[in-house]
Amino acid sequence: MHIVVCIKQVPDSAQIRVHPVTNTIMRQGVPTIINPYDLFALEEALRLRDKFGGEVTVLTMGPPSAEDSLRKALTFGADRAVLLTDRFFAGADTLATSYALASAIRKIGATYGEPDIVFTGKQTIDGDTAQVGPGICKRLDFLQLTYVSKVASLDLAGRSIEVERRSEGGVQVLRSRLPCLITMLEGTNEVRRGTMLNALTAARAEVVKWSAQDAGVEDISKCGLRGSPTVVKRVFAPTARSEKAVVVEPAGRPPAEALIDEIFKLRPKLEADMFELARGF
Amino acid sequence: MSQPAKPAPPAGRANAKKELSEHFKQYKHVWVFVEQERGHVHPVSWELMGSGRRLADKLGVELAAVVIGPAGEATSAAAAEAFCYGADLAYIVADDVLTDYRNESYTKALTDLVNTYKPEILLLGATTLGRDLAGAVATTLLTGLTADCTELEVDADNSLAATRPTFGGSLLCTIYTLNFRPQMATVRPRVMEMPERVEKPVGRIIEFPLGMVEDDIVTKILAFVPDRDKATSNLAYADIVVAGGMGLNSMENFQLVRQLAGVLGAEYGCSRPLVQKGWVSADRQIGQTGKTIRPKLYIAAGISGAIQHRVGVDGADLIVAINTDKNAPIFDFAHLAIVTDAIRLLPALTEAFRKRLSPHTRDRIAS
Ligand SMILES: Cc1cc2nc3c(=O)[nH]c(=O)nc-3n(C[C@H](O)[C@H](O)[C@H](O)COP(=O)(O)OP(=O)(O)OC[C@H]3O[C@@H](n4cnc5c(N)ncnc54)[C@H](O)[C@@H]3O)c2cc1C
Repeated sequence: MHIVVCIKQVPDSAQIRVHPVTNTIMRQGVPTIINPYDLFALEEALRLRDKFGGEVTVLTMGPPSAEDSLRKALTFGADRAVLLTDRFFAGADTLATSYALASAIRKIGATYGEPDIVFTGKQTIDGDTAQVGPGICKRLDFLQLTYVSKVASLDLAGRSIEVERRSEGGVQVLRSRLPCLITMLEGTNEVRRGTMLNALTAARAEVVKWSAQDAGVEDISKCGLRGSPTVVKRVFAPTARSEKAVVVEPAGRPPAEALIDEIFKLRPKLEADMFELARGF
Repeated sequence: MSQPAKPAPPAGRANAKKELSEHFKQYKHVWVFVEQERGHVHPVSWELMGSGRRLADKLGVELAAVVIGPAGEATSAAAAEAFCYGADLAYIVADDVLTDYRNESYTKALTDLVNTYKPEILLLGATTLGRDLAGAVATTLLTGLTADCTELEVDADNSLAATRPTFGGSLLCTIYTLNFRPQMATVRPRVMEMPERVEKPVGRIIEFPLGMVEDDIVTKILAFVPDRDKATSNLAYADIVVAGGMGLNSMENFQLVRQLAGVLGAEYGCSRPLVQKGWVSADRQIGQTGKTIRPKLYIAAGISGAIQHRVGVDGADLIVAINTDKNAPIFDFAHLAIVTDAIRLLPALTEAFRKRLSPHTRDRIAS
């Protein structure tokens, strides 16, 4: 079995700056981590490999420094790491990102064996879109299983998989076929720690580095800024509310009483509403 | 990867020229995907209908609802309801194969509709269903998709300007899809205001075939397990929400929040660290990576008011903050503030509200 896990290296904090000319995020100086949601995907992939045998390849698209995250994934026990890095990928939106990653996954398939499952995290903490997983999936023409909380069973010979996925108001139990793409929900498994042994091997392991050309990207104009149908026109800080909070000064009264008085003074209608609501209890 | 390219990208994104091909110039009208699952329309659909109506009016085009579901009463009722929320017409794909949401069938229905009737703007709710569908449809159509928008506008040259928080809400950005159609966007529940419902019995209906049978769909539904704790899904739609943060210090103290919520008939929520500590379940988290709420009253106890929390509560009509630190950021956006220990104030507040809201008091006020 071959599983590909897509991870992303993201800034560790909300401490970010914006490039004044290009309106893009500048990451220099901000510590980076593996996108936390991706760790659940990686963990699930490693568990399946441990159970069914085979290999896990981790893949990321990013600047050369994203190698750090790949090495980290190797210390968790991934078998192979591929870094897709090329200036042509810069400024990619989700559509262009999914094009590049899908190209690389095809190349990974041709080089190391066709993947049975591609995993991604539910979304990233910097972009928050949840669009790249489905995007890769459609481009590969795989079956799409998003927000998966559990891989219930896997039948490699029968090419079939059963998963539980979060949907609106409940959990769907689905049976689908391989190859599929799974985006993994957070909190679904306990992410392992890297082992000493893996850390030693990971430090020496080769991280495969591919340019667009190496990855067999067919149409470079579909990558990066040029390949992105969405265009960021303006980046700005949210406007601060002009009035500051009215501070309740209890002045000798019980503070709870004073606060309630202020609430009803500011929103007189609320009192009647609250009677209605409280009545149910 | 969005760091500046080396060499610098040509003239920057902001100046990208609009070069709409002849083909895309045929794309007109605003569409809202009406999300229904298991016979219930998700209210985010009507919230979107409000935004869609505004955009359609500005563009001088029609607003259409897209209703996909099983043949029968619920699906036609959803279309009829869409007229009451401002739709001029409804595209209906009704087929029993569409009873449960599955990506394959819904993606086919929606992409076929788009390719046939060519909308200029397509809006979906940023729910689990909406995101699963929107990502697949946008990639199939090779067009742009902007997630989790907080503002949708039409600019001077009639392009959709979609504003969304970025980097955990610390910044906002306005995104355009200039050269491709439709311009797609998702919006989270409770971000847009619910439009007024107006009785409107008629509207045009265009039925469209799915062109797929059950055997064409690989993925099968084995079971659906509804959420046991029904109340949890109500946070986004609650009139009153009481929430606690790290200032409560312990899981035991979080009871104080629940007790106040109980007396008020309110829902309770929390900031993210409480979920990470396992004190409160994840569906109670409010904020950027949790729920967006829009209550009439929001009481935040021991919550600092980080930007990622703030974006989830900005739509609240009255924000009351209880915090020991008079410089806490929450006081920058709360309406009412009390600088005090929440652990001591909450029980007193619960008691005081209990007295105020007792039937006895109500009768006295009513007479
Ligand atoms: C990508 C990303 C996404 C995020 N998403 C979310 C999200 O969706 N929702 C969310 O909430 N956060 C989110 N966060 C986390 C957010 O940045 C803050 O860390 C979090 O909101 C802080 O929670 P808090 O205010 O409860 O805790 P703290 O920041 O620890 O603040 C505790 C507050 O309690 C006050 N306090 C202490 N003791 C008392 C007392 N006895 N009585 C009253 N007040 C007291 C303190 O003065 C302080 O203001 C996210 C962060 C990132 C990076």
